[in-house]
Amino acid sequence: MTTAATRREEATRAAVEKAITHGGPKLGSLAFRLLLLALLVMSFVILAALLADIASSAWPTFAERGPSFVMNGLSLNPATAGVWTGIVGSLIIAFIVAILAFPVGVAAAIYLEEYAPDNRRTRFVDTTVRNLAGVPSIVYGLLGLAIFVPVVRGIGLGGSTGGKNVIAAGITMAALVLPIVIITSAEAIRSVPNSIRDAGYGVGATQWEVISSHVLPSALPGILTGTVLTLARAFGETAPLLVIGVATGFFSPAGDATLLDQLTGPYTALPVVVFSWSRQTQAAFADTLAPAAIVVLLTVLFALNGFAIWLRNRTEGRW
Amino acid sequence: MADRIGTTVDSVDHTRPETLEDASPSLAATRSPRVTGGTPSDEHAVILELSDVNAYYGDFHAVDSVSLPIREKEVTAFIGPSGCGKSTVIRSINRMNDLIPTARIEGAITYHGVDLYAPGVDPVEVRRRIGMVFQKPNPFPKSIYDNVAFGPKISKYSGDMDELVERSLTRAALWDEVKDKLSDSAYALSGGQQQRLCIARAIATSPDVLLMDEPASALDPIATLRIEELMYELKQEYTIVIVTHNMQQAARVSDRTAFFSVDVKEGQRTGRLVEFADTATIFTNPQHDETEDYITGRFG
Ligand SMILES: Nc1ncnc2c1ncn2[C@@H]1O[C@H](COP(=O)(O)OP(=O)(O)OP(=O)(O)O)[C@@H](O)[C@H]1O
Ligand SMILES: [Mg+2]
Repeated sequence: MTTAATRREEATRAAVEKAITHGGPKLGSLAFRLLLLALLVMSFVILAALLADIASSAWPTFAERGPSFVMNGLSLNPATAGVWTGIVGSLIIAFIVAILAFPVGVAAAIYLEEYAPDNRRTRFVDTTVRNLAGVPSIVYGLLGLAIFVPVVRGIGLGGSTGGKNVIAAGITMAALVLPIVIITSAEAIRSVPNSIRDAGYGVGATQWEVISSHVLPSALPGILTGTVLTLARAFGETAPLLVIGVATGFFSPAGDATLLDQLTGPYTALPVVVFSWSRQTQAAFADTLAPAAIVVLLTVLFALNGFAIWLRNRTEGRW
Repeated sequence: MADRIGTTVDSVDHTRPETLEDASPSLAATRSPRVTGGTPSDEHAVILELSDVNAYYGDFHAVDSVSLPIREKEVTAFIGPSGCGKSTVIRSINRMNDLIPTARIEGAITYHGVDLYAPGVDPVEVRRRIGMVFQKPNPFPKSIYDNVAFGPKISKYSGDMDELVERSLTRAALWDEVKDKLSDSAYALSGGQQQRLCIARAIATSPDVLLMDEPASALDPIATLRIEELMYELKQEYTIVIVTHNMQQAARVSDRTAFFSVDVKEGQRTGRLVEFADTATIFTNPQHDETEDYITGRFG
């Protein structure tokens, strides 16, 4: 009796053990893992080779010129030319993007997610925004040329460039990233659980109180991360700027110009500097200065991405 | 204390129907010194009246023609099988269903004689008077203090906020456990503590009526007992409507019980009110076989 029970237990144990353990790694899955690893390594190798090539071409410039390469403005002389003009232009563009695209984009996302009724019109708007995010950037350049440049000129900010200035560039870039800001913000808002909204309404909060006190704070990490990443996008775009008349040659911003003159005068941006230097016939520009400018551009972009990650961790880690 | 918890845990485990029937006339009386189930007098005024309430989700007729009065300073329990529309009905009382785009309510729910669904009624004002505790604890992702203070803050409470927070947490039997960590995240609390925090949050705005949708479904017997004790205390001042799947709980805490059931016709599962009476009657002398089958566990 006892032995029969023991035998049965032993048989069950053996059967269970057989069912839940497997003998060694399976060949198929091992091969698949190796394949994935190889693909990953390959993409890393390509990236690393690219970075190494650029860094080695750029190295002499930084070694010889030091900070003056970053701090100097544009110049015809490769020995003194620097990227400062481009950095300033890009920063102003990024600033305009931030103050235009962020509030408009977040407001649009709040409307779409929290207020708009779920009907065909809303779905149409939603789909359109998604499609806009996929429109090639050069198309936004044409839009800027056709609309924003004349508008900037029309409101008296044309200056010496007739509207082809950094203000029009900033507005164009804001339009370019706006769909992305809307999509990422809407996604962040949608991921806030409904139970939190219920809790807010349950204690008698109005819709706006629920949104401002609970939904937006919970969605903030996602919204901020998305927004900073779109700033990085605006920082790196070149094509639309070329269409709306960024300076690709050399110009010297007048030293005694007022702020308004500088904002409405000729401008350039960091990626445009890379673009125009790499087309120069003087070897020094194309071979050493352009790679160095790329290093500066990449540094800024990595810094922005790092900032986005930091911001997300900081705002998310609160609770 | 240990002794009392022991008794209650014991009684919570008594899910066998026979015990229920034996324990007449007031079955709760034999278990716990805190008997509230029984034959309530009619001295309490009707505060909420549901008349012919039909609920729809889109084309789906979820609840058919529910009529029942809810009296002041009593605990009214909604019981019935899953999907019979208890949550739908309780949510319609403070217009939480407005938040579900497809939901639609027909019929009238009057509060002190005023139709809550009349045009011009502000659901926000309704919810300030008729508060709600949800089935799943849903604290705000904020500090314990801010969770309780949010409601009073938006309704422009002018008194001493610290004192109100302490009072609300004390009444929800949570103060001693959290008084040293009021600025900690509410998410750091256990599930039972979170639910009591949600109750504290709901009573901080001093609503007239407190709706509780299965407030103890995720809690262990001890936390459940504390919430039941709390309900007993709260009903001295508030009117409470509670949804529960726990027969013992309904018997212990409620004065009146509404039993809902589901009819299946043409593939639609429509909930309806089968029987509404004082709790002792429902549990000891139900008028409908359906009710008896359900409370004795022979349902389905
Ligand atoms: N948001 C919704 N949209 C569509 N149908 C819904 C919705 N909420 C509930 N229902 C349906 O309405 C009916 C009643 O649901 P309700 O949640 O009120 O039941 P319940 O009695 O609370 O059930 P339980 O005891 O499981 O919580 C169910 O058939 C359910 O599927
Ligand atoms: Mg329910």
